[in-house]
Amino acid sequence: MAEPRIRKNFHQASWDEPIVYEMSTPGVRGILPPDVDEAIVEQVGDVAGRLPRGTRRASPPVLPELSQKHVLQHWIHLSQETMGSNLSNDLSEGTCTMKYNPRINETLAQDPGFAELHPDQDPTTVQGILEIFHKFQKVCLEISGMDAVTLQPGGGNHAVYTAASIVRAYHAARGEADQRDEVITTIFSHPCDAATPATAGYKIITIYPDERGIPDLEAIRAAASKRTAAIFMTNPEDIGIYNPHAAEITKILHSVGALCFYDQANANAFLGVARAKEAGFDMCHFNVHKTFGTPHGCSGPATGALCCRGFLARYLPVPVVESDGNRYWLDYDRPENIGKIRDYLGCAGVVLRAYAWTAMMGPRWLRECADVSVINNNYMQKIMETIPGVSSAFQGNGIARQEQIRYSFEKLKNDVNVGSEDMNRRMLDYGIPWFWSSHHPWLVPEPMTLEPCESYSKDDIEEYCAVVRKVAEEAYGNPAFVKNAPYHSVIHKRIHEEEFDDPDRWALTWKAYQKKHGRI
Amino acid sequence: MSRTHDVHPYIPNSEPRVKRQMLDFLGMESSEDIYREIPEALRFRGTLDIPEPILSEYRLQRHVEALLKKNRNTKDNLCFLGGGTWKHHVPAVCDTIIGRDEFLTAYVGDAYSDHGKFQALFETSSMLGELTGFEACSTPTYDWGNAAAIACRMASRTLGRKEVLFARNSGPSRRSIVHNYCLPDIAVREIAYDPATGLLDLADLQRCLNADTAAVYFENPTYLGTIETQAEEICRLARSVGALVIVGADPTSLGVLEAPGLQGADYAVGDFQPLGLHMSYGGGLGGFICTRDSKAFVGEYPSLLFGICETSTEGEYGFGEVFYERTSYASREKGKDFIGTCAALHGIVAGVYLALMGPQGLVELGEGILQRVAYAKELLARIPGVKIAFDSISYSDFLVDFNGTGRTVADIDGALLDFGIFGGKDVSKDFPVGQSALFSITEVHEKEDIERLVAALTAICR
Repeated sequence: MAEPRIRKNFHQASWDEPIVYEMSTPGVRGILPPDVDEAIVEQVGDVAGRLPRGTRRASPPVLPELSQKHVLQHWIHLSQETMGSNLSNDLSEGTCTMKYNPRINETLAQDPGFAELHPDQDPTTVQGILEIFHKFQKVCLEISGMDAVTLQPGGGNHAVYTAASIVRAYHAARGEADQRDEVITTIFSHPCDAATPATAGYKIITIYPDERGIPDLEAIRAAASKRTAAIFMTNPEDIGIYNPHAAEITKILHSVGALCFYDQANANAFLGVARAKEAGFDMCHFNVHKTFGTPHGCSGPATGALCCRGFLARYLPVPVVESDGNRYWLDYDRPENIGKIRDYLGCAGVVLRAYAWTAMMGPRWLRECADVSVINNNYMQKIMETIPGVSSAFQGNGIARQEQIRYSFEKLKNDVNVGSEDMNRRMLDYGIPWFWSSHHPWLVPEPMTLEPCESYSKDDIEEYCAVVRKVAEEAYGNPAFVKNAPYHSVIHKRIHEEEFDDPDRWALTWKAYQKKHGRI
Repeated sequence: MSRTHDVHPYIPNSEPRVKRQMLDFLGMESSEDIYREIPEALRFRGTLDIPEPILSEYRLQRHVEALLKKNRNTKDNLCFLGGGTWKHHVPAVCDTIIGRDEFLTAYVGDAYSDHGKFQALFETSSMLGELTGFEACSTPTYDWGNAAAIACRMASRTLGRKEVLFARNSGPSRRSIVHNYCLPDIAVREIAYDPATGLLDLADLQRCLNADTAAVYFENPTYLGTIETQAEEICRLARSVGALVIVGADPTSLGVLEAPGLQGADYAVGDFQPLGLHMSYGGGLGGFICTRDSKAFVGEYPSLLFGICETSTEGEYGFGEVFYERTSYASREKGKDFIGTCAALHGIVAGVYLALMGPQGLVELGEGILQRVAYAKELLARIPGVKIAFDSISYSDFLVDFNGTGRTVADIDGALLDFGIFGGKDVSKDFPVGQSALFSITEVHEKEDIERLVAALTAICR
């Protein structure tokens, strides 16, 4: 293997950009709204002036006043101070599946035939977009093996919350709502598998892994009872280990009358390889913005596709897109539905892009996504485990990892007191985006979770490993230097971070900052 | 004969020699050496039954554009639909910023390599706070309904009370979302509105307020298209039992309507969509929540909160996560509700829009919309059988009563389609108003557009 090239002379754009309010000059305008026709003004007069006192705004809102050029310039600067995955080696954000987001799909989303549709238009005038919804629904059903799906949830966690609402409705319909007040999850499942059922009113029982990193099957068996409403579990879990007991778990839960929800946020590992249906689950979800190549948008807009078996379809949020093969319509006539989760049909732009993405993949290339993702990940693991100070969770347990891995800088931390966050800040200096450590609690100490999905090349993987190696070497040579990084990022190391937890010092708006930090 | 491709443009390591090299390095034959971890009974051994790929970008574009041509859009037709998604002018600068790959494709990076994302959302919060009269503001929620529902749960936790009063003249989707969210432990009681004015029935409110009322939720402008002129009185009544007040607001109206925070409310919620986002068949949504800046309020947000700080370089701003321990990312089921990927990009664009408009732009926008709506109402009311439902000033949305025409709204809207007009939303199933429709007029409606609507309705209702 040739020595990988790393970006030794990198520097991210750093504009020392002021806050927009600091750029304001009274009287300057950025855009002018269209004037009202004089005949209208003549006829109706000053309508705002007729608003009662206390209802009409007493003084104009304090907004910045900038010319159009300066608005454009400011936000382009801010964009350049942001490291999107389309412009960087972003296998950094493990669990997030940072795929290439094709430009053609952005072109399609700007088409007036989509962008200029109102969601309450008569269904006869939106047959094209309804057809796209319906066709993408079929893709989700085929990949999961389920019978029905809603695309209304606005993200992955929202889909899992929707599943929790359906669990509640299902048991209520059977008269067991009060009896079944517990949901089981596993600690390496995403936090939403605990938090969303809790929001829906459930007590949470968390299962920890056995010595090989697999959720303890006996602990699940012991936890399952007549009080169990459902299990919410991710597979493969965030550490990349496939849970081989998935089918056994669903049998255990079903035997006590509980439902089984499969969190498929990590679906990239098994497109066309394994499905929720065969493992016996009643519901599952996909993060459309991850698995189906749509942009993450700094954290949304997104879509969670919630799939279920036929017997749960009656609870799906309304409306549901239906078709007879020729015509498409919205079905509201579902008396047992759980209510709405999000307005309208969901994030239609995400669905449109995902449809276009899958149309370009077809069965063969979807499967190739999975194959290349797991090969990439294993290739990377083999290199990473040769780096001094780096290990992986449950290293050496003999289990091949799927699409992602949680690494650990525990040894580095013990040796020279350089941990995950220090590594993260210094790696920025080589053009690597901020990596995902782990959700809390940090069961794997000093974590780094990486996911080299199919969009990343062999060179990308080797470059990434070379940067980790370089920074680990720097840490052993000069730990203080690494701990004070970054030097070539947008900004320098933050100080007084404890203020973020202090109500007297934190500032969520410019006005609060000016007040609390003595600027006015 | 079509060429067989063995490499996909989106998958660099699909190139067979590269893939072989990587497998050789691993000592593996194929990916099956990795999938061996999946028990055979759980394997899917078929081929996915989905359409064969359209590998050429050109053909893909043709294919999708052909589907989109089946839609009738609001550029070629005249649209009078509002009620939660509105047709406003989207400034070109907003379109430029939303399309930047840096913002478009970033995700959860911290405020070093993603410093710009944090600053952009901090600035949106700052402007929104000024608009609504508050000093704390969350990162975007899924949509307005979600923001309203979260605020109800926040208020319940802040006061330890278990009942929310929800104004019945609010949006039906938001009502449904709030009911779903509150179901486990908060009772949602609905407050009537006055059928003559469309405004909240204060007597009913007074009857329902009690020592267990956590919050009163009302919208201004109301969903049914009236401006709630009793806002201060509602806040006063709520305060008399120690309850909090949540106001759902159309942010574009806040150039002319008083800030909820200055009228005595404790929360303002609403949607970013009218601030520089295309309607995109309902995909343009993104909610906001603003509150007072104290631990009792801020400590109950489930959302990420972005705050400003200093760095080791004098005069340089940094940003970070405020009170992260609250979130479900940090504390799983012990966090406040749950947080996830919502609509950050739309929040960023809303900031661009507000900075473009500035204070004067927002005032002119609001004044112009009030005048256009007043003009439309006057003209529509002259059509025989057509009435304007409530005698009040309206901002953008207003209810048109067709009961006197003997026609159904469905019928009228169907006929309007032949004129290239998308008529008002039929609310007859959601409210006891008979055959009435919610129309919407914004700054994109010129005098001739309004007159075209009036002429078409005159012909249809004759």
